[in-house]
Amino acid sequence: MIEIKNLHKSYKVGKNSLHVLKGINFSVEEGELVAIMGSSGSGKSTLLNILGMLDEADSGSYHLDNVEIKNLSEKIAANYRNKFLGFIFQSFNLINYKTALDNVALPLYYQNVKRSERIDTAMSYLEKVGLADWAKHLPTELSGGQKQRVAIARALAGQPKVILADELTGALDTRTSYEIMELIQHINEEGKTILVVTHEEDIADMTKRIVNLKDGVIIDDRKIEQVKALADV
Amino acid sequence: MFSIERWSEVFEAIGKNKLRTFLTGFSVATGILILVLLLGVGEGMKNGVEEQFQQDATNKISVYTGVTGVEYKGLNPGRRIQFKNDDYEILLNNFGDQLEYKSSVYRIWSGLTNYKDKSGSYRIEGVLPDYQFLENAGMINGRFINETDQDKFDKHVVIGKKVRDELFEDKDPLGKLIEVRDINFKVVGVFQDPGGDREESKVLMPLSTMQKVFGAGQDIQNLSFTLPKAQSFDLALENSNQLIAELKSILKAKHTVSPLDNSAINFSNSIEGSKRFYDITTNIKLFFWLIGLASLLAGIIGVSNIMLIIVKERTKEIGIRKALGAKPLSIVGMVLHESIFVTAVSGFMGLIVGLVLLELVGPMINTEFISNPEVSFNIAISTVIVLVIAGAIAGFFPAYRGAKIKPINALREE
Repeated sequence: MIEIKNLHKSYKVGKNSLHVLKGINFSVEEGELVAIMGSSGSGKSTLLNILGMLDEADSGSYHLDNVEIKNLSEKIAANYRNKFLGFIFQSFNLINYKTALDNVALPLYYQNVKRSERIDTAMSYLEKVGLADWAKHLPTELSGGQKQRVAIARALAGQPKVILADELTGALDTRTSYEIMELIQHINEEGKTILVVTHEEDIADMTKRIVNLKDGVIIDDRKIEQVKALADV
Repeated sequence: MFSIERWSEVFEAIGKNKLRTFLTGFSVATGILILVLLLGVGEGMKNGVEEQFQQDATNKISVYTGVTGVEYKGLNPGRRIQFKNDDYEILLNNFGDQLEYKSSVYRIWSGLTNYKDKSGSYRIEGVLPDYQFLENAGMINGRFINETDQDKFDKHVVIGKKVRDELFEDKDPLGKLIEVRDINFKVVGVFQDPGGDREESKVLMPLSTMQKVFGAGQDIQNLSFTLPKAQSFDLALENSNQLIAELKSILKAKHTVSPLDNSAINFSNSIEGSKRFYDITTNIKLFFWLIGLASLLAGIIGVSNIMLIIVKERTKEIGIRKALGAKPLSIVGMVLHESIFVTAVSGFMGLIVGLVLLELVGPMINTEFISNPEVSFNIAISTVIVLVIAGAIAGFFPAYRGAKIKPINALREE
């Protein structure tokens, strides 16, 4: 599903160049649930941004679903993001003036789906994350956990190949975090490929594979025995 | 731009962001309102000033006769030329449509006039109804000579303010009989004249009455008329010179006067005096054009600022939308679509409020220098359109920049 070879990325900080990713080789099969771990400054967010086509690598190759992601124009990048990727952010990034339902329906708007169809699809995903009753509520009326569920529903709505989650439990308490991870595990069981960036050990343990980044290189990449989130609640 | 999906998306954004919509709309609407009022007051001041200097504007031309200076077709020089009513007809027939006001005048320089025991010697003039406007005479009370007086040979007179003061003192002269050269006339009006005492020591009566009562037959002494205000002084000068030349040659031919004669038929023309008026109106126009442009500029800057703020405020939303697959153009389109819609609607609302205000309050304002404040609807509409376009252009750049921001940076924005 994801195939990365010898990926480099550096940022200019004043006169100095900061080499953030120093040759990443990494691949993800369909249906995997992978945690990308590392302390801050390890390059894990940069990697995720490149995977998410929110940022571009300096060198190296990146294939997503056998499509080479390279020299993308804004327009094509937008198209790929819309077709291939679903994002879940630490700060939820819901549009405040739109109801939960309309937030979930938004990726479909950019897929040119008709409004009535958008609403039906969005509703079914809200049901899936257990928030059907909250469809007409604004994000400000929802708790953190509920917001993240809406965000997950939104990430799913576009039927992406891969879901990218950046510290998705970072703003939540432990109990809520585990509930969210339970949902993530459930979605993964259904066959979705999911990448989770986190620095929390317990969250990483709930995935099936941990990739450890340090100073811009992968120092460790292993499959693990998945901890079921529900067991801890 | 015309997809229903986009419209519903825009309407949702407008409806859900009431405060933003209100603030944008409010500032655009007040901007337009102020602009409209300013333009209206400017126009009002122009009207007011024009009225103040109106008398200077009139290009008044008088034609009067003298004695011939050169021999012509066997006629000796020194012959006195006398205008008759048919000379006035000639003026009307040839130039009637080019004239603003016109009158022929028969005049007795000194006519003894008395009311009861008071008496005085005044200029007596037989005139036509337009004469009031030729002389800028304003009625203090009663009315001026009218067509009916003229047709019926009524023995009606209109007296100057000085005549009233001397003959009637504080009494009301209307309807009273005064004697002019021992003939009774009824006073129908009192006039004042910006020319002062000299112009107000006159007794005016219908020309027809005058000719009949004082045995003047068809005689008249001069023709007076004004030309309407022209676009510019140069044009006014050209019009008046052309008309004088044509009229002069027609009258000379009729009275058998040599084309080279310089004293038999004379013209006096006030055009030089009206140069000042044209200068003033030109300057006023220029001044209010500048004010209008400046206010328009201020409006454009205001609208542009609002656009900048809106895009800034929406940076994060833009980032989210881009992460979900919005193309840059669709972002620009969305922002502009909403802005133009709000600007246009509120702009027209401001315009309508402004026009209504001018319509309602305008007539109440009655100072000397503001009169009839109004805005040409076309100018107002074009102003709104210019503002909306300017707002769109001004909004385009921040929207474009917003669309160019990497989503990752936009999302980081808190």
